[in-house]
Amino acid sequence: MVEKADQIFVLLQHWLVSFLPAAWQHAAAVLLGVVAIIAVYPTLFALAVLMERKGLGRMQNRYGPNRVGPYGILQPVADGIKSLTKEDIVPFRADGLVHFVAPLVLVVAVFMGFAVLPMGRNMVLVDMDASLLFFFAMGASTELSVFMAGWSSRNKYSLLGAMRAVAQMISYEVPLLLSSVVIVMMTGSLSLERMVEAQNHYTGIFPHWFVFTPWGLAGFAMFVIASMAETNRSPFDLPEGESELVAGYFTEYSGFKFALFFLGEYVGMFGIAGLGATLFLGGWSAPFSFLTWVPSWIWFFAKVEIWICFFIWVRGTLPRLRQDQLMNFAWKFVLPMTLVNLVDAAVWRFMGEGWLRWVVCSAIVLAAYVLMGRVGMRREHLGPRSYRYAE
Amino acid sequence: MLGEGILRGLAETARNFAGSYVSKERLTTVQYPEEREPQAEAARVFPFLVYDGADWEAGLRCVACQICEKECPPKCIYIEKSKDKKPDFVGKPQIYPARFDIDVSVCMSCQICVEVCPFEAIKMNNEFELSTDDRFGGLLMDREALAKSNEYYHTIHPTEAGEVDARLAEEKAKAESKAKAAAEAAAAKAAAAASAAAAPSVPAAQATPPADKSTAPAENPAGGGE
Repeated sequence: MVEKADQIFVLLQHWLVSFLPAAWQHAAAVLLGVVAIIAVYPTLFALAVLMERKGLGRMQNRYGPNRVGPYGILQPVADGIKSLTKEDIVPFRADGLVHFVAPLVLVVAVFMGFAVLPMGRNMVLVDMDASLLFFFAMGASTELSVFMAGWSSRNKYSLLGAMRAVAQMISYEVPLLLSSVVIVMMTGSLSLERMVEAQNHYTGIFPHWFVFTPWGLAGFAMFVIASMAETNRSPFDLPEGESELVAGYFTEYSGFKFALFFLGEYVGMFGIAGLGATLFLGGWSAPFSFLTWVPSWIWFFAKVEIWICFFIWVRGTLPRLRQDQLMNFAWKFVLPMTLVNLVDAAVWRFMGEGWLRWVVCSAIVLAAYVLMGRVGMRREHLGPRSYRYAE
Repeated sequence: MLGEGILRGLAETARNFAGSYVSKERLTTVQYPEEREPQAEAARVFPFLVYDGADWEAGLRCVACQICEKECPPKCIYIEKSKDKKPDFVGKPQIYPARFDIDVSVCMSCQICVEVCPFEAIKMNNEFELSTDDRFGGLLMDREALAKSNEYYHTIHPTEAGEVDARLAEEKAKAESKAKAAAEAAAAKAAAAASAAAAPSVPAAQATPPADKSTAPAENPAGGGE
């Protein structure tokens, strides 16, 4: 029974496919998986948008949307209808083809990442040996779509937003990759399936998640920061800074194309959250050994949702960074931390079992954090600003 | 240490998030169409015309003097004078507005029309739900739509309406006493004339009727206006 619930989607897929001739079965199975992903994540997107609006509202001591349907739960439906019925405006001087393709590129690239994410036991669309690499390759190609959107709009705000986005995404791509490299070092594999399996053990009731090790915790923290920047989330939402750039790279998008950008952004968030959960939080494994009877896919989606909630929480808390602060933070703090973390992981690996490695590795991480925080993030006192105007 | 402030900030937002579910004081939103806050007494939105008595057309205080029309900064008032006259609250026959239109979409709620009106005929309403789907006819309020009874005025601005009523009563009393004094003076004059020229009684008889004439109209509408 427990086994059945855990594998319900896999069994359903097998059962549906069994009606087809043998030659088609493999292709049909993949197609079904794709359909499931394309159905589930936009639904989650709608849910997340509602959750975000309500959650942010509560953080600001107001209700948030509560007019459409009971407690406003139909708000995403209303938003969807609205964006579908709006006029699609393309600027006269815009590069029509690129302008049209940009949101599609974003959505496709973002959805491609889910092909390799294990969303439950045996629930991975393509079990690739280098799935981590594939995920990052797909994640990086969202930058292309952002720049396509900004460039083709022929609008200064779009272009500035796209420039910022590319600068930011490239800067944070490095720490994002480096912080996940420690997991590769530990598991000796680039396959996300292997990584989940490596974490799916228990000591007593506690799991062997990588986040519960010194290098895992540091890597996790850096990954969270970098993932926020990668998905253009507040406080790193400079590319679409409403207060200075209208809407950044998608200023000139309206109607359903805008909705696609919005969808792409949130689905990208789910993707990175799912990857982070897989790398550091044990993927679909249960948080306690006595909870393993709960279906694995529930744990995966619960972790993704909690991750999203944390993103919303951070968005409600922090103001937007300035461009130089963003870059300083990336290159002077996050990147050195991830490099130290690599050394830390290596030390952990070669010290063997025992309590000593806990002490040494924790000390390294903590010392690096304090030192880097003091030195790298030191505020430079430049004195009062003075302006000289051209005479 | 680095990140301390961020953690403190996260704790603050978490406190607000949880608090908004627990304490009613945090969540100050008034869910407008279902619940309303009581309006301040001095709240003003859009002018209305005050009338006395039961019949709005007969009781309109407005005498179509057009001062408000001239003073209105955005020029949202349109008045047409009547050809005939009707008695006002003191009893003096006055012309009245045959047309009195105010455009809601133009009015800026400045209350200048109220301040310049010498007849206490136009006052500010606190009714604010004036939106309509008919943007041409629906936003142009005519006489009938603008006319509100003095009792209504008392319910929305009790203090101000009390002051206005007192002032009007004083004015009326003054007018009455003036009329009475005039009548008395006329009577006295007539009596003096009668006593002085005792022999020919004709001029005295001529002098009395005008005195009666001046008092009679003053009493009639005074009774009707109350």
